[in-house]
Amino acid sequence: MEEPVKVAVDENQEYVINMGPQHPSTHGVLRLVLALKGEIVKNVEPHIGYVHRGMEKMCESITYPQIIHLTDRMDYLSAHINNEAVCLAVEKALEAEIPDRIKVIRTIMSELTRIQSHQLFWATFGMDLGGLTCFFYGLRDREKILDIFEETCGGRMIVSYNCPGGLMYDIHPNFQKRVKEFIKYFRKILPEYDQLLTGNIIFQERTRGIGRLSLEDAISYGVTGPTGRASGFSCDVRKHEPYSAYDRVKFNEVLFSEGDTFHRYLARMEEMRVSMDIVEQLIDNIPEGPFAVKLKPVIRLPEGEYYQRVETARGELGVFIISDGNKNPYRIKFRSPCFSNLWVLNLISRDFKIADLVAIGGSLDLVIPDIDR
Amino acid sequence: MFDFAPLTKWIDTVLHNAMSPFWAVVVEMLIVGVLILLFYALIGLFLVYAERKVCAFMQNRLGPNRVGPFGLFQTIADLVKLLLVELVPIRNADKFLFNLAPFIVITASFMAIAAIPFAKGLHAIDLNIGIFYVIAVSAMGVIGILLAGWASNNKYSLIGAMRSGAQIVSYELSVGLSLITMVILAGSMQLSVIVEGQATGWFIFKGHIPAFIAFIVFLVASTAETNRGPFDLAEAESELTAGYHTEYSGIKFAFFFLAEYMNMFIVASIAATVFLGGWMPFHVGNWDGFNAVMDFIPPFVWYIVKTFFVVFLMMWFKWTFPRLRIDQLLTLEWKYLLPINLVNVLIMAFIVLMGWHF
Repeated sequence: MEEPVKVAVDENQEYVINMGPQHPSTHGVLRLVLALKGEIVKNVEPHIGYVHRGMEKMCESITYPQIIHLTDRMDYLSAHINNEAVCLAVEKALEAEIPDRIKVIRTIMSELTRIQSHQLFWATFGMDLGGLTCFFYGLRDREKILDIFEETCGGRMIVSYNCPGGLMYDIHPNFQKRVKEFIKYFRKILPEYDQLLTGNIIFQERTRGIGRLSLEDAISYGVTGPTGRASGFSCDVRKHEPYSAYDRVKFNEVLFSEGDTFHRYLARMEEMRVSMDIVEQLIDNIPEGPFAVKLKPVIRLPEGEYYQRVETARGELGVFIISDGNKNPYRIKFRSPCFSNLWVLNLISRDFKIADLVAIGGSLDLVIPDIDR
Repeated sequence: MFDFAPLTKWIDTVLHNAMSPFWAVVVEMLIVGVLILLFYALIGLFLVYAERKVCAFMQNRLGPNRVGPFGLFQTIADLVKLLLVELVPIRNADKFLFNLAPFIVITASFMAIAAIPFAKGLHAIDLNIGIFYVIAVSAMGVIGILLAGWASNNKYSLIGAMRSGAQIVSYELSVGLSLITMVILAGSMQLSVIVEGQATGWFIFKGHIPAFIAFIVFLVASTAETNRGPFDLAEAESELTAGYHTEYSGIKFAFFFLAEYMNMFIVASIAATVFLGGWMPFHVGNWDGFNAVMDFIPPFVWYIVKTFFVVFLMMWFKWTFPRLRIDQLLTLEWKYLLPINLVNVLIMAFIVLMGWHF
C-alpha cells in the first residue's frame, strides 16, 4: 500500500498555495509550492519534471547528428547555442579542424540568438510586473531576428543550423545586409525599452533591492549567466574559455555587484548591447571558405570522455559525452543553466511578498524545458 | 438650448393626465430604469471595445477588426458567448454568497450612474447630496469583491479579495477628500448645482492649483478604487491568475467584467462633472463668437467627450505602467496622497474664504 501523502508545510499554520504548473508567471510548467504568511513568502518549494522527456536517455540511442536536433528543445530560446555546444564537443573529440568561416558564422548566430532571448526576457519580465505593453514591443523586435534566422536556416526558433563539422547550409546572400539593418534599428529601439520600463519609477521600486543574491551564494549554487554576473560572479565562458570566434572579438563582460532583481534585469539589457558590438565586429569580416567540413558519414567518437561548455543566454551549458567508440554516446549529460539557477529561488525570495516572488522568478529568466530536459 | 427639462416635464404631464399619480410614477420609474439599463449595457460594451482598441494601438496591434465594421460587434459577440457558456459549479463554495457577489458589484455601479447628470435636465435623480451618494454607493462594490473572494473557496481569490479590501478602503479616503476640495469651491453637493456653477469656467481652471492637485489625486485614487492597472492588485494576472474572479465563469464573470468598466466610466463621469464642467461647453472669457460655436455642440456630446477623455487617461495608465506592490500601494495612499489631500483641502478652504478664486 502507498503511504498517505504527508502534509509537508502546514505546521505553523502557513497559508500554502500551489503556484503552477499552470500559472501565467511561471513561464511554463513549473510548480511552486508557496508557504505564505499573509502576503509574505516563507518558503518556496519548486517541483520540476512536468516536461521531462528523458532527453539524456534518448540521446544514448541516437547518433550525434541526431542529438543536435534534440538539444534545440532544451532551452528553446537559445537553440542555436545548444546545438553549437554539442557540435563543439563532437568536433573536439574528433579533433576536426574547423575553418574560420564556420566559427564566425556560428558566433554571429549565437549572439543573435542571445539578443532575441533577452528581448523575450524583457518582454515577459515586463508582463510579470504588469506592464503588458512590453510584451508586444519585445516580440515585435524579436520577430526581426527570427526573420533573419528563417531566411538563412529555414527554422525560426528551433533553428538546427549546426551540424558536426560545420553548418547545414551557407548563409543567405541577404544575411549580412539584414543583420546590419537590424543592428542599426535595434540600437535606436533600445532607448525606447529603457523609457518604457527601466526608467519607470514603479518598475525601479518593484525591483531595486528585491531578491538579493550574494556572490558567495551565487558561486556555491552554481548560478551562471546574467543572473550570476549581476551578483559579481565573473562566469562568462565566452571570456574565460573562448570557443568559436570569441577570441577574435573585443567585448566586455557585464558585471554588477548588487545582485538584486534590478541588476539582473540590467545585466541582460547590457548584454544585448555587448552582443550587438560582437556582431558588428564580425559581420563585415566573414572569411571565405566552406560552410562545412566533410566528416565521416557515420560519426563515431573515439573512446573517452569529452566536455564542452558554452555560454547560452541563461548561463553556462555543459555537454559531457562518454563514448565507447560507437555511433551513439554511451552516456550524455547536459549541465543546464536553468536547473542550477532555479534553486536559488527559495533562498532569495524568502521574506519577500508574492509580487516580489513573481519579479524574482522573472528575473532568473527560467526556461522550464531546460530544467526538466 | 438643449434643455431636457421641458421634455421630461411634458412626459410627466402626459402620464399624469392618462393615469393615476401612483401608476404614473411607476411607469416613469420603469422608463428611467430601462433607459439607464440600456445606456449602461451600451456604454459597457463600447468601453470594452474602446479599451481593446486603445491598448491595441499602444501595443502595435490592430485590435478587434473582423466582426462588423472596425470590429465594433466583437464585444457583442463576446457577450453572446459569455451568456451561452456553461457556469462551472464550484465544489465546496458558499453557493449563496458566490452567486450574490456579482450582483452586489453590478448593482453598486448601476446605482451610482443614476445620480450623474448627462445633460441639462437629463438625470435620473437630482439628489441634494449627489456626490456623497455616489461615493457611498460606489464603495458598496467592495463588499461584492470581498464576498466573491471569500465564497470562491480558492486561495488566490481570497488573497485578491483581501488586497482589494485594503486597497479600496484606503483609496476611498483620497477620492472623498479630493471631491470635498471641489465641494468647498462649488458650495454644494448637488451635482446639477456643481455643473451650473461651472458655466463661467470649469472648476479645474477656476480653483487655481488646489483644484488641479485635486484632479490629479482624484485620477490616481479613482484608478485604484476601480481596481484598474497599475493598481489592479486584486486581479494581478501574473500573480493571482485572476484574483477574486478566478472561479467565475459565463455571465457571472461578465458581470464583474462589465462592472469594472462601468466603474471606470462612473469615476470618469464624476471627474468630468466635478472638474471639467460636466455637460458645460468650453467657454473663453469674452470670445463671444467662439463661445457661440461651442454652445452649438449639444451638452450630451460635451459630457461624453470629457468622460471619454478621462477614460482614455485611465487606459493610458493601465497600458504603460507596471503594477505596484501592495505595500507600495498603501504607502502611496497613506504617506503621500492623504497628507497632500488634507493640506489641499485647507488651502482650498482658505482660497474660497478669501475669495481668491475666479
